Amino acid sequence: MPVQCSNCVQRRAVLKRPKTGHSLCKDCFFWAFEEEIHQTIVSAGLFNRGETVAIGASGGKDSTVLAHVMKVLNERYDYGLNLLLLSVDEGITGYRDDSLETVKRNQQQYELPLKIVSYEELYGWTMDAIVKQVGLKNNCTFCGHNADDVAETVLMNVLRGDIARLRRCTAISTASEGEGAIPRCKPLKYAYEKEIVLYAYFKKLDYFSTECIYSPNAYRGHARAFLKDLESIRPSSIIDVIHSGETLSVKDGVKMPVQGTCSRCGYISSQALCKSCVLLEGLNRGLPKLGIGKHHRLHGKILAQEPLTEQEEKLLKAVDF
Amino acid sequence: MCQVEEDYNGLECKQEKIPVPTLSRKCMKCKEGTAVLIIRVSDAFCRSCFKEYFIHKFRAMLGKNRVIFPQEKVLLAVSGGAASCSMLAQVQEGLSRDAPKRLRFMPGIIYIDDGGACGRSSEERQRSVDQLKSIFTETGFPYFIVPLEQVFSLPTSVLVPGTSDPDPSNPSYKQAVDQYIKEKQNLTEEEAASAVAQLRIEESVCSPEHKLALERLFSSLNTLTAKEDMLHTLRQHLILHVARENGYSKVMMGDSCSRLAVKLLSNIALGRGAALASDTGFSDPRYGDVVIVRPMRDYSSKEIAAYSRMFHVPSVFISGLDTKTHDKASIQRLTESFVTNLQADFPSTVSTIYRTSEKLHTVMPSQGQTTEPASKCLLCLCALDTNVDKASAFHATLVSEQLSQIKLQDTSHDARHCAEGQGCGSGGCCSSNRSPEHQDLKTLLCYSCRLTVKDMGAVDALPPYIITEAEKRQKRSRMKMEISEFLLEDED
Ligand SMILES: [Zn+2]
Ligand SMILES: [Zn+2]
Ligand SMILES: [Zn+2]
Ligand SMILES: [Zn+2]
Repeated sequence: MPVQCSNCVQRRAVLKRPKTGHSLCKDCFFWAFEEEIHQTIVSAGLFNRGETVAIGASGGKDSTVLAHVMKVLNERYDYGLNLLLLSVDEGITGYRDDSLETVKRNQQQYELPLKIVSYEELYGWTMDAIVKQVGLKNNCTFCGHNADDVAETVLMNVLRGDIARLRRCTAISTASEGEGAIPRCKPLKYAYEKEIVLYAYFKKLDYFSTECIYSPNAYRGHARAFLKDLESIRPSSIIDVIHSGETLSVKDGVKMPVQGTCSRCGYISSQALCKSCVLLEGLNRGLPKLGIGKHHRLHGKILAQEPLTEQEEKLLKAVDF
Repeated sequence: MCQVEEDYNGLECKQEKIPVPTLSRKCMKCKEGTAVLIIRVSDAFCRSCFKEYFIHKFRAMLGKNRVIFPQEKVLLAVSGGAASCSMLAQVQEGLSRDAPKRLRFMPGIIYIDDGGACGRSSEERQRSVDQLKSIFTETGFPYFIVPLEQVFSLPTSVLVPGTSDPDPSNPSYKQAVDQYIKEKQNLTEEEAASAVAQLRIEESVCSPEHKLALERLFSSLNTLTAKEDMLHTLRQHLILHVARENGYSKVMMGDSCSRLAVKLLSNIALGRGAALASDTGFSDPRYGDVVIVRPMRDYSSKEIAAYSRMFHVPSVFISGLDTKTHDKASIQRLTESFVTNLQADFPSTVSTIYRTSEKLHTVMPSQGQTTEPASKCLLCLCALDTNVDKASAFHATLVSEQLSQIKLQDTSHDARHCAEGQGCGSGGCCSSNRSPEHQDLKTLLCYSCRLTVKDMGAVDALPPYIITEAEKRQKRSRMKMEISEFLLEDED
């Protein structure tokens, strides 16, 4: 027997919302999904009228869905935003070529201007605001932007005992103090990954799906597996974990590292160089391991554009992924 | 922001694995005895040094925190498990006359028999109770054996926080100690001993109606996660009630650091972030007049098991709600097996998670709210964590619920969250197709207790004291709404 949509009570339900368990028809699901993102944007005051908002387009599912929803909402609610797709050419062959093709197809579909910039160009460029949906590292969840990623990061920081990041990782936007630095926002913060996929599936959105080439660290891997299990027991767990992260309170007097900024891009970073910049530098120098693990000592050399010693290079060169 | 520094790459952590003890290893402390136990990477103890280390740790924990006053009545919550039985043994040890720096408080024991919620037969329950009784009698301390069914005769006052100075760093601690020492000089040893000997043994029996009511309550909870949470809540209420009735101002819980690590992580998964400090810290001031303390929090379950085995600490195995269930039967159960497995690969897991609990802070309601019971969760008595910013996970879930189901005209409005208008558009963010009772109750609960009640079929299966107190609070909040325009200060 067909199930009726629990919202309009007219049409036939086509899906069960992973987030609430309700059975919805296609249109009611689209509406709910988009409205929820609208609520997130409005309640957090993410954008101002007239701003240029660049959507970091990687061709992955998060950025593809976000680009689509942003365009819909910008028109529906007259945000008055100048939207554009931004793709960073990182010069990684293979992986990047396919995803770039997807971004180009997206651009035609959404009729949004596409700007492909090199890494240097990006940070020399002035913008009012930027939606860094997937960070600089392609369709990789290093930067945690949908609800699953945020919840996973909360759990990972508990496992690592990283109280400073535990408190910060649920922040919806990061406005850094540095001049010309770019705030990064998470309009998909409360959107379940499964619902993002459902949305893309029913909207027939074309995205480039791939496993991230950077293997996550052991703790993130465990946190991810744990979250998946939690979700299977109680689907609201993802949001419940985020709620915990948002409401926990750290004692006064617990040493919190002073928040520094990356000296290259101005993004918040506890080290001289942020993770993105180190990772990118590693790729440019053909030393992929530079972006993985602790290499804080080398930041000075990277900043000064000095060559590394033979021994340092040897350590970083071994590619095992 | 989630700029992740992926510092831990697995390889480093493997090195922390506990080395296999070599046969001839010497005790790290006395350098003479043969090591029988390795606590951490390099701490190998002989039998007698281990005993000393274990005992010292208990006193050090109490000494450091200085919350238990001389002559204070302290109720020890004993479940029969190794951790709480070790706690009991440590208190006995600390009170024994030859102990240097002996403990000076007045202990009592409480055991909550939750067999009725866990489907145990009367015979099984009686057998466990008999075993525990013989352990309790041996200590000479007064004890209370309370069946969980007693929640059906609790008064509503249990749900109202008491008034007392919740500040654990109370400056009068020293005065109290001095006062005690002065008094003690006038007190003969004999008199002191007879004071302890005035035993109070209370064993309540439960009526068949209450037995059925408890069964009904637990079968109305649809998930094991919610059952475990409800059981915990009701246990706490009973312990609190017995403590208050009998003048105990402290309750000691036997949570080990392994247990607390699991609790911290599972409470995060249950949405209890705001209450983490109370739920896992050394002292928990949520009830006001009765303070929960956790003196076993520095011991790992491994240490406790070793000590119990070596020094024959009696304990009783009593099956619980999640005994013999699979790993994914509940969030609490899943977290336990997750932490245990991770601990096997990364031996610092438990201590890392546990240390997090020390850095957390209890969110207390702001001045003026502390006396108002409405600012606390009806069930767990923690400060309500639902009075949050619009840009929050809590509001996002309300929006999702609202957008996913047909709008009902709901008269019972959640004044706290909808007063500001937005987000409560046409149908009201409180609209729901559930029974109105669910809806009314929800507004009185914290985020996490709402989840538990959401997993419940019939709210009227809850014990009367909860339902009566809920009605009372709802009436008050309706009253307040009616007269809101005449109130000069918004104390809510
Ligand atoms: Zn519909
Ligand atoms: Zn940078
Ligand atoms: Zn020794
Ligand atoms: Zn609660």
